[in-house]
Amino acid sequence: MRMPTPDADVIARRAEIAAALRVIVPGEGVILAEDERRAYESDGLTAYRQPPLLAVLPSNTEQVSRVLRFCAEHGVKVVPRGAGTSLSGGALPLADGIILGMGKFNRVLEIDFANRCAVVQPGVTNLGITLAVQHEGFFYAPDPSSQIACTIGGNVAENSGGVHCLKYGLTTNNVLGIEMVLMNGEVVRLGGKHLDAEGYDLLGVMTGSEGLLGVVTEVTVRILKKPTTARALLVGFPSNESAGECVAAVIAAGIIPGGMEMMDKPAIHAAEDFVHVGYPRDVEALLIVELDGPPAEVEHLIKRVEEIARAKGAVSLRISNSEEERLAFWAGRKAAFPAVGRISPDYYCVDGTIPRKRLPEVLAHMRELSKKHGLRVANVFHAGDGNLHPLILYDANKAGELERAEEFGADILRFCVAVGGVLTGEHGVGVEKRDLMPTMFNEIDLNQQQRLKCAFDPGGLLNPGKVFPQLHRCAELGRMHIHRGQVAFPDLPRF
Amino acid sequence: MTTFRPSDERELSDIVAAALAREEPLEIVAGGSKRGLGRPLQLPHTLDMSAFSGIRSYEPEELVLTAGAATSMRIIEAALAERGQMLAFEPPDWRRLLGSGAAEPTLGGVTACNLSGPRRIKAGAARDHLLGFHAVSGRAEAFKAGGRVVKNVTGYDLPKLMAGSYGTLAALTEVTFKVLPRPEAERSLVVAGLDDAAATRAMAAALNSPHEVSGAAHLPRGADGADRPLTVLRLEGPAPSVAARAAALAQELGSFGTIDEAREGASRELWQAVGEVVPLAHDAQRTLWRLSVAPNAGAPLAAELARRLDHRHFFDWGGGLLWLAVRGGDDGGAAIIRAAIARLGGHATLIRGADALRAAVPVFQPQAPALAALSRRVKEGFDPRRILNRGRIYADL
Repeated sequence: MRMPTPDADVIARRAEIAAALRVIVPGEGVILAEDERRAYESDGLTAYRQPPLLAVLPSNTEQVSRVLRFCAEHGVKVVPRGAGTSLSGGALPLADGIILGMGKFNRVLEIDFANRCAVVQPGVTNLGITLAVQHEGFFYAPDPSSQIACTIGGNVAENSGGVHCLKYGLTTNNVLGIEMVLMNGEVVRLGGKHLDAEGYDLLGVMTGSEGLLGVVTEVTVRILKKPTTARALLVGFPSNESAGECVAAVIAAGIIPGGMEMMDKPAIHAAEDFVHVGYPRDVEALLIVELDGPPAEVEHLIKRVEEIARAKGAVSLRISNSEEERLAFWAGRKAAFPAVGRISPDYYCVDGTIPRKRLPEVLAHMRELSKKHGLRVANVFHAGDGNLHPLILYDANKAGELERAEEFGADILRFCVAVGGVLTGEHGVGVEKRDLMPTMFNEIDLNQQQRLKCAFDPGGLLNPGKVFPQLHRCAELGRMHIHRGQVAFPDLPRF
Repeated sequence: MTTFRPSDERELSDIVAAALAREEPLEIVAGGSKRGLGRPLQLPHTLDMSAFSGIRSYEPEELVLTAGAATSMRIIEAALAERGQMLAFEPPDWRRLLGSGAAEPTLGGVTACNLSGPRRIKAGAARDHLLGFHAVSGRAEAFKAGGRVVKNVTGYDLPKLMAGSYGTLAALTEVTFKVLPRPEAERSLVVAGLDDAAATRAMAAALNSPHEVSGAAHLPRGADGADRPLTVLRLEGPAPSVAARAAALAQELGSFGTIDEAREGASRELWQAVGEVVPLAHDAQRTLWRLSVAPNAGAPLAAELARRLDHRHFFDWGGGLLWLAVRGGDDGGAAIIRAAIARLGGHATLIRGADALRAAVPVFQPQAPALAALSRRVKEGFDPRRILNRGRIYADL
């Protein structure tokens, strides 16, 4: 993975830049020592490592603003970082850029039950929000699997999802407002406790912008009352096809489950060997369907889903009768990643989305690719919304296996796009999928996206080298080539 | 004044290129039902998008529909209803409100205005359901963004930017929406006689319950604007669930007074009236404002404004959407309303008023300088010569 060529002049000025930033962020907020900088060299995509120029840990918006203004004036690149759990390398440092660590922004500022929202600093963890409001029976809906560690600021940057987003939406559907700082140091507030924007929906644009547009310093999220009941079905199928048909039939019946997850045989075995919760070993595919809401609704829908599953050829079917049993159904799915970690020295988690009905075909193709690349793959799948997470098993200590795993992952994602899907459902493009962007978008599409970047960060200093395979200067992107009066259709009405 | 009717994306690009070359802006129109929204335009040319019409693909099992931007809502809604589905954000029909007669609302128009109805509080707005689009920018380039699947974080979320941009960034040619199953049953609880403050408390109690309320409105003069106060709370879902939740919620709200029920058709009529602003639509002499504020700020705001303005009003979105019909005042109440909003947070939009008024006062809430400058730079990234719908939202966009 090639990153932009580091600016040797900036690296040479490391100590001088540190001294200037210490005036803004005093004490231990500027990290210069090499061994301490190394703590920031990687995020959740551990295959890539690069210690930053410096790490800077501001503790208030004013400091963020002054740090960014300084960096803009001195041509220093900035990589924002929350908890560093990105699986796509979104927080991978640059040798000539500072890491702006937002960990000190860790306070819940206001809980407003009357307006069903909470105002928090970006370094508060995703689960921390739910913990702060659950005494009144509320929760924050998006629940990425890293929720004990990942921060809400990072969730905004990545538009994080989770197993419940089919029913409750992604981060973007649950954020009401933010305070952010632009690269020039300007502080901008978008949204608040009210709904929708008076002009362009820049809040919608900021969400999922992977730290390329601005640094979020405060977030207002919507909180929801916890459903009174949740029950789950654990259903085994003799083929991926029949499990896929069951998913489609549930949706076609007008049912939107709180969660609908699928695992293939290798994933089922790995999970069962790890947590021993009674997953059936003799099935090809396992579905977990969770229904939540008032007891009357859950009762009613459990029966309907059971009927559908049996009609689609389920060979095993269990319904949770207690909270312990429901959690046991989930235990294997939630432990799928570490479970796969036990059967292979390393694994590489891929993230693509496909139209649900193409699932059997995509899984069949994946088996072909597995043979081609000589690597095993286990699949967990947010079946409700078509989001695949193939786990490719490899051994980083064997020469060439990492590269083969990456090539295998890229082949899977290309196939996702070919069947009408997308490169990433929830992990982001980052550095990981950057060079695959042209499989989904042509040059005009990508240039238009970069023009949006220019409106926020004309110098291209904020998290460069992520998302876009080719960086263009804003002046070059702004040029227009108009041939006066020369139009291809002479028979059209003229001005 | 010329009207251009491109028949495909290529012709559309050529027309925008020619407009660019002459720096002569275009007003984008499809059905024309929302021409009265936003700042009044007097642009040299009209771009008639009607050719970009028709459902391109609809896969009910995938919960996805793709259609030409100029496809009429009538066609979209009929196709969805046939398969028991809907656009969950409940886009309202404002033809009566805006006096736009027989003009047909289109899916592209709904998208460009980011319209949503009473279900906004539970299901989101148009922006939350738009998955992808094709468009021609003010640079005369055809481009696309987003996709056709519900879970997608590939590249910037430009669909969010298009929703609510009133055609000032690009001319939409095709849009893809997430669709959802239509609820099997619906029922509304109706409490009569509450004042605004008590109604706000009742709506908050309902929305803070686990009963998944999908509509919460308070109509101080009833649904037709000439009755006693009604507070209305909607429950939707599978029939047994709706029955159980209605019973539980009615019990929880017992202290607010006698609770009546409106079922199915009667409930739908009520919510249609709320979405279409029927309680305030009849008096065309009044200036109509739509204010979005924090839900518990709506009632105190209405009371504060009543001391200085002659207005009628009602609330949707649990109190967070305040509709105001103001009589008199040189500026239709703009200065007073805007000052109050600036203090509270939120925004006020002038929805209906004389052309002269809509030209004289800002139709959309003015923005802080840094945000206004950022919005201008975004506009320039898509439409540097301000060819598309110039001045529709703000004079300088």
